[in-house]
Amino acid sequence: MSSNTFDVIIVGAGPAGTTAALILARKGLKVILIERGEFPGAKNMFGGALFGRVLDEIIPEYWAKAPVERFINRKIITLLAEDSAVSLDFNSAAFKQAPYNGFVVMRTRFDRWYAVEAVKAGAVLLTQTTVDDVIREGNQVVGVVARRAQGELRAKVVIAADGALSFLAQKAGLRKDFTPEQFSLGVKEVIQLPPGALEERFGLTGDEGLSNEYLGRMGDGLHGGAFLYTNKDSLSIGVVAQAHSLKEKQVTIYDALEKFKRHPAVAPLLEGGRFLEYSAHLIPEAGANMIPRLYTGGMLVTGNAAGLVLVGGVFLEGVNCAIASGRIAAETVLQAFEKGIFDKRAMAEYEARLKASFVLRDINRYKSAIPLLMNKRLYEVYPSFACRTLENWFTVDGTGHPKLAGMVKGLLGEDVGLWQLAGDGYQMGRALLW
Amino acid sequence: MVNISVRLKYSRYRLDREAHIKVNYEKCRNCGRRACLTACPAQCYLPQPENGVVFNYEACLECGTCYIICDQGALNWNFPKGGCGISYRFA
Repeated sequence: MSSNTFDVIIVGAGPAGTTAALILARKGLKVILIERGEFPGAKNMFGGALFGRVLDEIIPEYWAKAPVERFINRKIITLLAEDSAVSLDFNSAAFKQAPYNGFVVMRTRFDRWYAVEAVKAGAVLLTQTTVDDVIREGNQVVGVVARRAQGELRAKVVIAADGALSFLAQKAGLRKDFTPEQFSLGVKEVIQLPPGALEERFGLTGDEGLSNEYLGRMGDGLHGGAFLYTNKDSLSIGVVAQAHSLKEKQVTIYDALEKFKRHPAVAPLLEGGRFLEYSAHLIPEAGANMIPRLYTGGMLVTGNAAGLVLVGGVFLEGVNCAIASGRIAAETVLQAFEKGIFDKRAMAEYEARLKASFVLRDINRYKSAIPLLMNKRLYEVYPSFACRTLENWFTVDGTGHPKLAGMVKGLLGEDVGLWQLAGDGYQMGRALLW
Repeated sequence: MVNISVRLKYSRYRLDREAHIKVNYEKCRNCGRRACLTACPAQCYLPQPENGVVFNYEACLECGTCYIICDQGALNWNFPKGGCGISYRFA
């Protein structure tokens, strides 16, 4: 084999690509993992939670080796109104124990570590290399074109793990053009806190950590939410906004983030903090409505490149889906090598296996959450409705406490009618409950 | 209002000599909405006095928001050359 020929070419050293590279290299295949960043993780950003049970099966007790920040034993979901907030605060002893439900990680550290694991297994890692196209012979993808001298690389199979914008899937004719309704934009600031402040403010001991997701109107009318994650001694705090609302409302996401940071429920948590870095990334959020064709002859599409993100309202999971899809892609490729067949039919096994796994089962199970998340009242009405209702109910001012139903009735009609409330309740139920 | 350029001074970039996103300004001049001005999280698009925009690629975070919201077909959108562009440290 020449130096430009491999068994498998994997484009993108994020969780999906690195997982595939690691598993294939372990089996002795000649694998090249191509990354456009200065190092794996340099271009990558997310809120902060890695749900790593799927990784534990690939690297047992990964948490003892990987650069994790804190395990997540507390999950808080908050409805945010203009100057008040109501939360569901879940704290679990089970989540504090191996194999742990999830960890906060920084992608710049985690992805870098993970790619080194693939290299240790025998994969070739080529960084600082942007891939621009696939090479096709008839119906078969047989390689990629990298933007560098002698950039043509050939392989039996190409795995596209090139992230949310996947130009590779587009070049291979596997996906349609994107629409703003399919994406949210997330931005994040990492803020260093004074020593001990994190533990004190969030009641954490040892490696305990938390995630807090906020639902509400962001800035002056963006539809989305916000998040806060505890790193070792810093906070990751950010805002997520649906791209269509960014387009329609002409409100900037960084002003929305600034407003969120000034919210009375949030500002005290950031006191004395030192700004470290600002980052941004798109999130494919249309679930089943944006999944491209997942394979063609000689090619598979994985992770964010395939839109494999579980969007369930209270869930927003990408990295675990990416790892699982990378693994399933690797298993499909291994089977193809056993048979020596790499055509479209051989690659179809990938989709069948994904459908049988939690990845596509969950994405399909929660697909009715997508229209719910496009319901504007979820951001513009209900969070403030809930906060106002509770504020009135809890107010002690000598006029007495009305019963809750009466109060809700009093507030109804201002922003939403009874039938609309019932309709939205049904939509919410369909999305999450049954 | 936040001055986002101050935020981005903390970021590490390796600049390519040329812009990775090519903007067809002719099309921007006919765009009534100019959503890129507010949608870009790094404020890379600035308004021209009457109409149209100017794009500065240096602070680009390569997120692709402009690519998915531009409905004028004004963008020839590519990732930067390998190793160029943003290099996060804490993301």
